[in-house]
Amino acid sequence: MRANTMVGGRIQVSKVVWTLVGWLVVFIFFFPVLWMWLEGFKTEPQAASSPPTIFFVPTLMQFQEVLSGDFPPFFINSAVASIASTFLVLVLGLPAAYALAIRPVKRTRDVLFFFISTRFLPFAASLVPLYLLARDLHLLDNILALVLIYTTINLPLGVWLLRSFLLEIPNDLFEAARVDGAGFRTEILRIVVPLIAPGIAATSLICLIFSWNEFFYAVNFTSSVAATAPIFLVGFISGRGLFYAKLAAAATLASLPVLLAGWIAQKQLIRGLTMGAVK
Amino acid sequence: MISVAGSGGARETTVASVARRDAWLRRLPLLPAFVYVVLVTQIPFALTIYYSFFSWNLLKPGSFRFSGLDNYTMLLTDETIRTAVLNTVVLTLSVIAISVVLGLAIASLLNSEVFGRGLMRTLMIAPFLIMPTAGALIWKDTLLNPIFGLLPNLLTPFGLGRVDWVSKYPMATVVTVEVWRWTPFMMLIILAGLQSQNPEILEAARVDGANAIQSFRRITLPLVRPFIELGALLGSLFVVQTFDSIYMLTYGGPGQDTTNLPFLLYLVAFQGFSIGQASAIGVVAVILTTVVATFALRTMFSIFQVEARR
Repeated sequence: MRANTMVGGRIQVSKVVWTLVGWLVVFIFFFPVLWMWLEGFKTEPQAASSPPTIFFVPTLMQFQEVLSGDFPPFFINSAVASIASTFLVLVLGLPAAYALAIRPVKRTRDVLFFFISTRFLPFAASLVPLYLLARDLHLLDNILALVLIYTTINLPLGVWLLRSFLLEIPNDLFEAARVDGAGFRTEILRIVVPLIAPGIAATSLICLIFSWNEFFYAVNFTSSVAATAPIFLVGFISGRGLFYAKLAAAATLASLPVLLAGWIAQKQLIRGLTMGAVK
Repeated sequence: MISVAGSGGARETTVASVARRDAWLRRLPLLPAFVYVVLVTQIPFALTIYYSFFSWNLLKPGSFRFSGLDNYTMLLTDETIRTAVLNTVVLTLSVIAISVVLGLAIASLLNSEVFGRGLMRTLMIAPFLIMPTAGALIWKDTLLNPIFGLLPNLLTPFGLGRVDWVSKYPMATVVTVEVWRWTPFMMLIILAGLQSQNPEILEAARVDGANAIQSFRRITLPLVRPFIELGALLGSLFVVQTFDSIYMLTYGGPGQDTTNLPFLLYLVAFQGFSIGQASAIGVVAVILTTVVATFALRTMFSIFQVEARR
């Protein structure tokens, strides 16, 4: 207020300063990702040099090696586990969300609480019995076990999220459809699905993110046949010597689907992570 | 008389049965999901409680026997478990506190008039999306490795070179990697809160002579407080479960220095195969988590109500 003539200039200066500060912070946070990408394009001697190599001619060698080696089965297992469990979440979750949003059952709030409380049940709660069950049913090292577990992990989130999208559909639409004699199936397939298609897409992406990155169950319930992408990375912890460039290439490939999905669904990410509480 | 009463009764039953039918029709779509969740979470949890009263090692056939509260007395007396609980608390509190503060600062930056906000936001969320096992390995091997890592090489001129961060400061390393991962999460939630604020109110406060700090403390902070709480609570429910980065960075070591409850559970259940003990840890973990989760849910519902009122 002291000098009105100064305000314009001061805002410009502060804008530049804050922009620089902001970009510095963003650079620090993004740097490990960038470094991962860079290392993946190096040769092994370049990646394991001291001091680290900053300028180099990029090579696709590591990516080719990872992709032609034993990585693809892990990647495919991850894809199967994530896509199948996400599909199950939608099949089970959409009707449930409907029952909690459009024609709410009694004690909707309690049911919602129940669902979400299972999301935050620590894996310690059910780990041992699930493991014994999987062992007895010969589901250890079977991708089906992971599909069922990831469905369990994501279903509460799916129900909450889909419900939050369903609540946005104006009630008149359903009334009109019912007057026209539409049944439950018609209502779901003709009204609900098309209207919340973006919501279904967002829910799927969030489910894919969580199941793709999941490690605890993957490492304990699989060993070789059904092992997923994060398990492939475990092999780099020790015993493989200085394979940093290959490690970086594998890490890049393993992270790529979720990174892309998250960037595409950026606007919906926050809603998904808070189960629809924040839009 | 009787016939009248009878017909009246019949009408009532039809009305009641229609109502009951309607109630069941409403519940029907809910049932598959409900039954599935009960089957896969509640029944196993009941079994966990049951097993926690038994001494049972999978590697010793025939070792299954009732042991009463032995597993729980062990939890209370065993040093290992106390250390794990303490590590869990230290890890969770420090990760949440630091990432909330950083997240708030960065969200405020991204909410102000800086150039390239969209791109900054996009890049900022990358650490949260990167596969945690991949992120942890990248930190450990290419950034922190004392010989080939970037950081020790950068710090050499300052006399800090060749420090083996992971084994010398194991907990700080795990906290750093987790803060790197959770700050974007906090930032996203807090940014959503900041963006829901009406800029005219801030403008009015400025006209009334409030400086930046005053209007932040008096106007912005109260508004984003529920968002900060939500982020902190949801975040702590996830961070309490930290397993990936500990497995990759330190494997719970050196010694027990970074063994938290989930990692101890892993060791007891899958390295020791002590089913009874692992189950007792499970029950304790559920009790501890329920306390945090109750607060989280309450916050979530209050935000829902705020949104609904709008």
